[in-house]
Amino acid sequence: MEVKQISVFVENKVGNLAEVAKVMSDAGISLHAISLADTKDFGVLRLLVDDTYNAANVLRDKGYIFSLTPVIAVATTDEPGSLYDILTIFDEADINLEYLYDVNTGKKDKVYIIFKVSDNVLAQNILKKKGVRIITQEEMSE
Amino acid sequence: MGNYFQPEIETASQEQIKEWQSERLVKQVKHVYDNVAMYRERMDEMGVKPEDIKGVEDLHKLPFTTKDDLREQYPYGLLAKPLSECVRIQSTSGTTGRRVVAFYTQHDIDLWDECCARAIVAAGGTNEDVVHVCYGYGLFTGGPGLNGGSHKVGSLTLPMSSGNTERQIQFMTDLGSTILCCTPSYAAYLAESIHERGVKDKIKLKAGIFGAEAWTEEMRHDIEEKLGIKAYDIYGLTEISGPGVSFECSEQTGMHVNEDHFIAEVINPKTGEVLPDGEKGELVFTSITKEAFPLLRYRTRDICILSRKKCSCGRTHVKMTKPLGRSDDMLIVKGVNVFPSQIETVLLNKGYAANYQIIVTRVNNSDNLEVQVEMTPEMFSDSVAEIEKNEKELVGALKAMLGIYADVKLVAPKSITRSEGKAVRVIDKRNLYQS
Ligand SMILES: [Zn+2]
Repeated sequence: MEVKQISVFVENKVGNLAEVAKVMSDAGISLHAISLADTKDFGVLRLLVDDTYNAANVLRDKGYIFSLTPVIAVATTDEPGSLYDILTIFDEADINLEYLYDVNTGKKDKVYIIFKVSDNVLAQNILKKKGVRIITQEEMSE
Repeated sequence: MGNYFQPEIETASQEQIKEWQSERLVKQVKHVYDNVAMYRERMDEMGVKPEDIKGVEDLHKLPFTTKDDLREQYPYGLLAKPLSECVRIQSTSGTTGRRVVAFYTQHDIDLWDECCARAIVAAGGTNEDVVHVCYGYGLFTGGPGLNGGSHKVGSLTLPMSSGNTERQIQFMTDLGSTILCCTPSYAAYLAESIHERGVKDKIKLKAGIFGAEAWTEEMRHDIEEKLGIKAYDIYGLTEISGPGVSFECSEQTGMHVNEDHFIAEVINPKTGEVLPDGEKGELVFTSITKEAFPLLRYRTRDICILSRKKCSCGRTHVKMTKPLGRSDDMLIVKGVNVFPSQIETVLLNKGYAANYQIIVTRVNNSDNLEVQVEMTPEMFSDSVAEIEKNEKELVGALKAMLGIYADVKLVAPKSITRSEGKAVRVIDKRNLYQS
């Protein structure tokens, strides 16, 4: 049920992000989500795409260094407090949150949030028990 | 015991080698005195006549030759034969000032090729082998030297020259190259590329002969493991002939100098005093058989140690360590001596690739050392914190090795400049030696 995220090493230089985006669009790959964690010198660019396999091949050909990271995608409403509820669930189960970011679905009532946590299996089981809807890779592309 | 190209020379007794050297040195000094004005003037100034040189024991009486002399005498000042007898030039890739041009007669080319042939045979080469030469061809001596050596051995020679990695790998797989000759940094790069393409199974390489730049034992293990080969070092310089001045044998503990052609000395770089075997100092060569461009006591600027300990390969010629540093490549940063090879050792120990660049700047009269390191798949992580933790450890290890703080900057793979397959290791932006 996990979603495969592509994490790409980028130097913190003007134009580097645009270059990755261009590599993707040239190969006909659509980006669902893009998020950057950066330092002074470098960054890790996190991507969710419609064709992970193809994207990985394209990046490898272009000489990028990247890894595939399983993350959890959750559907929520944009009501206030819904993110807080999920974070509380993790907290109570002693699951560490490494980072999170949201996905622009283009629809007002549909919000996906991506979580990278210390234990994916445990996190998914607990979320399911609490009635939180987990999104699959296929649903992501719909 | 090993394989030899010229067993009677390569395993001759040390007395025999000394006898050859003495006889050839006497002849060479006369040739040089008669034909090269610079040497004649210097010897006259020092009050040394060719007759005063009776054997190798008199070598220390002769003047040194420096790179500056070569630049000043450009192009014909040190030529000792009429141009009508010369058949080739080679030249060094000088970064500052005038280039150095060396001349060769056919005799000089033949002896150079023989030296390279000895290196190829020592690496296990025979006429059954396919020798893949991706040193640069042209003015650079790497390509022509190993090419000539491979011909002498009778191996099938692939004159690939440098660059075009795609084509290198294609020929390597299609023609079954068994011996790879290139710079160690290019070998490491090729190993990475072969690994990336998943074609390691199609590669038949058994040995590599790598030279023309500094590399460490760690880098050797890395290349040997990735390519499944034995990696041999080779040493040489255009001023003396080219690659093959010395080469490694199966023992891989130093390079045998071809002493029947080149006399090696180690001196104190400050005083010029000759040091005994086993002591570290600047390596000096005298070419005793070359006709067109014979140099007396040429100061290489390479810091080495010579050893006459018995070698398990059966060769009797003196062994030199790989250069432990270069007296002119050595950086002084914040008053501390820094050798690029020290930085390389730390990088490999910490799991990074040996592709790095050292950038020295001076801001407000204070030196700043930056080490740019290429990111590798092994060191990459989705977690910025994890990358930063490794980066901090690297900074700590560099501090421990160098004694000063170095700023580490992680850069994209393959972003560090390579020229003629040679990585540019040091960029000193301080302009300390502005003329
Ligand atoms: Zn040996």
